[in-house]
Amino acid sequence: MTAAAEGSPPLRMTRARRNALLQSEPVQGFVLISPTFLYALILLVLPILVVIAHSFWTQHYLTIDRTFTLENYRIALTEPIYRDLLWRSLYISLTVSLFTVLLAYPIAYFISFHGGRHKSLWLFLITIPFWTSYLLRVMSWKVILGYNGVLNSGLMGLGIIDEPSTALLYNSSAVIITLTHAWAAFAILPIFVSLEKVDRTLVEAATDLGDGPLRSFLRVTLPLSAPGIISAALIVMIPTVGDYVTPKLVGGKDGVMIANAIQAQFGKAANWPLGAALSVTTMLIVSLMAGATVLIIRTLQRMAR
Amino acid sequence: MTARSRFLPGGWLSVYAFLYIVFLYLPVIFLPIFSINTAPTPKFPLTGYTLQWYEDLPHTPALLDAAWNSLIVGVSASVLATVLGILAARSITRYRYPGRRAINGLIMAPLVLPEVIVAISMLLVMLQLGLSLSLFTVVLGHVLVCIPYSMTVLTSGFEGFDRSLEEASADLGESAFGTFRRVTLPMVAPAIISSLLVCFTISLDEFIIAFFLTGTEATLPIYIWGQLRFASKLPGVLALGTLLLVASFLLMTIAEILRRRAARRTQNEGGLYA
Repeated sequence: MTAAAEGSPPLRMTRARRNALLQSEPVQGFVLISPTFLYALILLVLPILVVIAHSFWTQHYLTIDRTFTLENYRIALTEPIYRDLLWRSLYISLTVSLFTVLLAYPIAYFISFHGGRHKSLWLFLITIPFWTSYLLRVMSWKVILGYNGVLNSGLMGLGIIDEPSTALLYNSSAVIITLTHAWAAFAILPIFVSLEKVDRTLVEAATDLGDGPLRSFLRVTLPLSAPGIISAALIVMIPTVGDYVTPKLVGGKDGVMIANAIQAQFGKAANWPLGAALSVTTMLIVSLMAGATVLIIRTLQRMAR
Repeated sequence: MTARSRFLPGGWLSVYAFLYIVFLYLPVIFLPIFSINTAPTPKFPLTGYTLQWYEDLPHTPALLDAAWNSLIVGVSASVLATVLGILAARSITRYRYPGRRAINGLIMAPLVLPEVIVAISMLLVMLQLGLSLSLFTVVLGHVLVCIPYSMTVLTSGFEGFDRSLEEASADLGESAFGTFRRVTLPMVAPAIISSLLVCFTISLDEFIIAFFLTGTEATLPIYIWGQLRFASKLPGVLALGTLLLVASFLLMTIAEILRRRAARRTQNEGGLYA
């Protein structure tokens, strides 16, 4: 490759050098990964660039005007409907990630510290429901929370309420409950992994030096597991902000989220540039929120020590 | 380490763990329960046992078409994703080169991006390229979201793989292909099958990407989505959902057993959990 630039060495040497280069570890490794890498470039990076480009264009019925404009972003950020949807999506994804992490931590702790020989069995039990269809899990919450649903008929059967409650389904709480359930396993795994890495002798040392169980947990185990808490929060927060199925099935009018508006722009409303601008805005804002979450957890971690 | 030195005694935590498992499983369990109930609406008290909703399933042509489409998409996506996963996982575990972590990060990215955004960006590109939406475009999308899972399963199978075995085989006169077929492949076969099963399950259950990228042909989740609009179709959907649940459960259990076997062969733990 570079041989040509270095004058004109004998042909045999060029070939030898090229062979050496091709057989070198880095090149072999890169060649091996290149099909997968290219696939991700073409079907992930390129599409995202196309979306970003579209967000600066304008739709005129069936054609797209490619002069640069920030109009779509103005609409996305100032139109009350999109602003509200964006805020609600952020609020829901933040609440869901908070709940999943809080509920998941004790489980991860239990498996890591008390799981004994059955650690992988516990993890398997927890991950299995997660592998079933997401659509079906959302559907089962609809069955549970509905007007004629399991919860209402159960509560009526027990004589706790007289008539079915309509407050259970079709609002943002139903969305939060469903999403918290759907992402539970995703939060447990990273926390478990980071708890496994906590050096048990440090906990013992803290106890030997007179810290009670609660203090040694707060000052040793919890701060050391912060990386797991961070990845759990992010792995739940970022995908849930763009959830489409849950708000559509259990959200009703009060639970509509930004993804439903994005879908409408690519479907019925047929305004691709606006849909693109909404997607980009959502990704940017959720990244900022994720960044802030990381900073807050890191600060708390430093304070705890 | 004694139990006393830990925060919270294990007793209370195990009660919590039990309740948590109930919380995870309970919603899913209602689908099978109401799928064998005679009443067409899912509510308590149960009215009686019937298999009628299951018997109706094979007599629905649209459902059979959707099942066939799902099978085609699932098999194509899992094979393609696993082939691409094998290349990438082998490269990541065997070689060191600059940019390795960044490339790995990019390949794993679909795991944490909102699916809607992944789906609409692919939709835009496909429409721009003039590709007509079909099961083929769904396969392209599913491969992208399956690769990260395939990579996770395969890296845990490839890591800790003893390279001296391959070298020994080469020294003893096997060709490169012979070494691959008789040494490498048997070692990693369980991980590869596990990856195929995991990818097939994901593709079988995946809704959003299929919803955006399919033309007129429905996969099973899209079929279910269409049926959800009609309250009268709910029992059939519950029966179909139960069958899908059972399928996912079986496939993932087999995949996990194989993955563990693969990990044990290469003396490596972790995998989907790490």
